[in-house]
Amino acid sequence: MAVQTVTAVAECSECFGEIELNDVMENEIVQCGECGVDLEVIGIDPVALELAPEEDEDWGE
Amino acid sequence: MRVGILYSRVRAEEKLLFEEFTQRGAVFDLLDDRKLIFDITGGEERTACYEDYDVIVERCIHHGRALVSLRILNDRGIPTVNSVQVADVCGDKLQTTSALTAAGIPSPRTQVAFTTDAALDAMEELGYPVVMKPSIGSWGRLLSKINDRESAETVLEHKEVLGTYHHSIFYIQEYIEKPGRDIRAFTVGSETICAIYRDSGHWITNTARGGQASVCPVTPELNDLCVGAAKAVGGGCVAIDVLEDPDRGLLVNEVNYTMEFRNSVMPTGVNIPGRIADFALQVGRDGWEAANR
Repeated sequence: MAVQTVTAVAECSECFGEIELNDVMENEIVQCGECGVDLEVIGIDPVALELAPEEDEDWGE
Repeated sequence: MRVGILYSRVRAEEKLLFEEFTQRGAVFDLLDDRKLIFDITGGEERTACYEDYDVIVERCIHHGRALVSLRILNDRGIPTVNSVQVADVCGDKLQTTSALTAAGIPSPRTQVAFTTDAALDAMEELGYPVVMKPSIGSWGRLLSKINDRESAETVLEHKEVLGTYHHSIFYIQEYIEKPGRDIRAFTVGSETICAIYRDSGHWITNTARGGQASVCPVTPELNDLCVGAAKAVGGGCVAIDVLEDPDRGLLVNEVNYTMEFRNSVMPTGVNIPGRIADFALQVGRDGWEAANR
């Protein structure tokens, strides 16, 4: 498959600050430069962000 | 060649892998582990659909999801990178240490105990400071450096009262006086492709916890040690944490099976995601054993 990406300005779902998104794809994790939270790109057409899941006990490499 | 990439979230590592597979002309599908349903009792539609893949690359962030998915896929003859065996051994520090030491790979001295009394005895025998770790977990989470008996009693009581049963299998290691850094080496098949030093003023040196990466030369000694460690856990693409003991030399501390490499490509100049993609494509073409030769 060809990975679909988008470049856009979006709004942080936590602090409502502006986030510049460059070539992001669905499910990509981005960080808000203003409040620092991790956000997941849950849609690219239209662009939608939501708070990324909290770290679980078995997360890692 | 048809490739599946099983993932939880798209991080820098996954994007780099997608680029490498694309450059190699591989057709790949993204398999979001949050949406998976395996009908393991015979559902043709939901499980047989994975049989069309020549190889599935596992990039789950949850060890539990990775392990279960790889088990189901491998049991149905679908090749994966890494294999369920590698994930099972590497995802549990206790199993990793057991496999490494059984294969004669030098590691920090480690004791396992099942009760707080036995754990205290083990710590006293090792001598303080000691390091206690959950056997499953990563990124330096819940590691304890225990400096004396009073601290030991406190940590053990907390584990016993607040922890799940996993935390009642006590994994206790001697503390290695490393020189303000450790080594993270990347092994693909039968070659250590590159390594970094992780410098930190803190005793936990994970780059996820602020350790700074710089290139570490892959000496024949480091290569042999890491290839041996990789073979001990079943091969594949693994990231190996090595400690420099002032008296005993290099000791293998941990082996990671869903390696993170975003901070290691630049200092080493090695295209780590490219090497993983090449390895995965070889597994798809020639099989797991051939790719590890």
